Amino acid sequence: MFVENIFFFFFSSLSIIFSFFVIISKNPVHSILSLILVFFNAASLLIILGAEFLAMLFIIVYVGAVAVLFLFVIMMLNVKVTKLTSSIYRYLPISFIFGSIFFFEFFMLFYLDLVSVNTNYLYLFENNFVNEWSTSVVPVSNIVALGQLLYTYFSYLFILSGIILLVSMLGAISLTLHRRNDVKKQFIYKQIERDFSSSIIWKH
Amino acid sequence: MVYYLILILNIVLKSLALIVPLLIGVAYLTLLERKVMASMHQRRGPNVVGFFGMLQAFADGLKLFVKETILPSSANTLIFILAPIITFLISLFVWAVIPFNDNSVFVDINVGVLFILAISSLGVYGIITSGWSSNSKWSFLGSLRSAAQMISYEVSIGIIILCVLLCSGSLNLSEIVESQRKVWYILPLFPLFIMFFISGLAETNRSPFDLPEAEAELVSGYSTEYSAMGFALFFLGEYANMILMSTTVTIYFLGGWLSPMEFIPFTFVPGFFWFGLKTTAILFLFIWVRAAFPRYRYDQLMRLGWKVFLPFSLGWLLFISGILLGFDWLI
Repeated sequence: MFVENIFFFFFSSLSIIFSFFVIISKNPVHSILSLILVFFNAASLLIILGAEFLAMLFIIVYVGAVAVLFLFVIMMLNVKVTKLTSSIYRYLPISFIFGSIFFFEFFMLFYLDLVSVNTNYLYLFENNFVNEWSTSVVPVSNIVALGQLLYTYFSYLFILSGIILLVSMLGAISLTLHRRNDVKKQFIYKQIERDFSSSIIWKH
Repeated sequence: MVYYLILILNIVLKSLALIVPLLIGVAYLTLLERKVMASMHQRRGPNVVGFFGMLQAFADGLKLFVKETILPSSANTLIFILAPIITFLISLFVWAVIPFNDNSVFVDINVGVLFILAISSLGVYGIITSGWSSNSKWSFLGSLRSAAQMISYEVSIGIIILCVLLCSGSLNLSEIVESQRKVWYILPLFPLFIMFFISGLAETNRSPFDLPEAEAELVSGYSTEYSAMGFALFFLGEYANMILMSTTVTIYFLGGWLSPMEFIPFTFVPGFFWFGLKTTAILFLFIWVRAAFPRYRYDQLMRLGWKVFLPFSLGWLLFISGILLGFDWLI
């Protein structure tokens, strides 16, 4: 427990420090790199919580895909180093409002909604479909537990999120797809189809 | 307090026992590559330093170590120095979850497959940042090519791994190997093995997909501006990734440490020997491909990734899950 506390404070303080760096640093590439470190620390916090599957997904999705795209865009746009000459205090009221909203939300969450972790977990397993006592006594791995919930109880939401992703993918493709006729393309099947009789004609 | 000290010492010794053989393996892999390529070209290869050139790799390493590190004046110095270190560290990091034998693994986590995917997807960062920070057109183009290539082939690799996971019913690497006790997955999933191997070639930027360092077009891709230890770290990371890719092929398709037959002459041989033998065979294939095939063009590479491998692996995923569901073989 003692070691876990040390690790918790280590990772959480690191994530706070690096998220400050995201805002402060003048070079946008530096701020993206510190954003990646924030994601890493969040993933390690998830591992401490025992949600190793979510932590791995966090790294694969956010660090492996999303942040790479950010980095691509920033490097390709060739953004010059921004100078923070204009006063940053100008945004202070708005940031104060947003910050207080988030703080209020967390306050509500922690003091009204949250019950102790263990009872919440048991409650979930008692009242729903998983009535086998063996699964609530023998610890199931993260993936099994997630799968049992996701594909049965939350299947509508699962399919719905899939459809949303599909629509956004189609939108991105239809935005970027130009049909041009002056592009030279290679049709490999046509090349392979050609044989001697169709390519060489004897003229005399 | 003493307990924690012993724990930390244990971890340090274990990781040294993992890293040092890996680096020696990388050194001899480069020697193997040069020897095999040489005999395929009917040359002799390195034969001066040491017996049969056995010390050639160490001599090269020493040479790189004593050379001068050049920092380009227009480079972003911090990221320029960090990029090769990141590449090297990430290539070492993945080895924590690889099982070499029954019960001989550094950490045996539930999500080993995902760990390998996650950490190897971080390898892109070393390459992108090195290309950007050296502030040179060749490096930048090389790094963009490399990143696009690695991301596109990760998709097909992920789907092929899903097929293996459906058959084994676990994300733990040791359990994946144990589930192949009756038949190695190379037999029922042979087309997927071929596709995984080719995607692995593309993922590790090996020939015939070595476009990031196409000498004819980009001087040497993202590592153009690097000299001495920076270059050496990139080199080590690349070859460690090659060995890692062949060990994953071994674990997913060739049955890891399991012996090919379960009777007397085969069962005397210890498991880690089979593991090493299979990995070396796959590494030989990597080198063989390099000696035999010409380089792909970039659009052909992308076409192969997105239009051939992705639909084919998706189709296989549906086929396999249909068969497993239909015969009620799901674990």
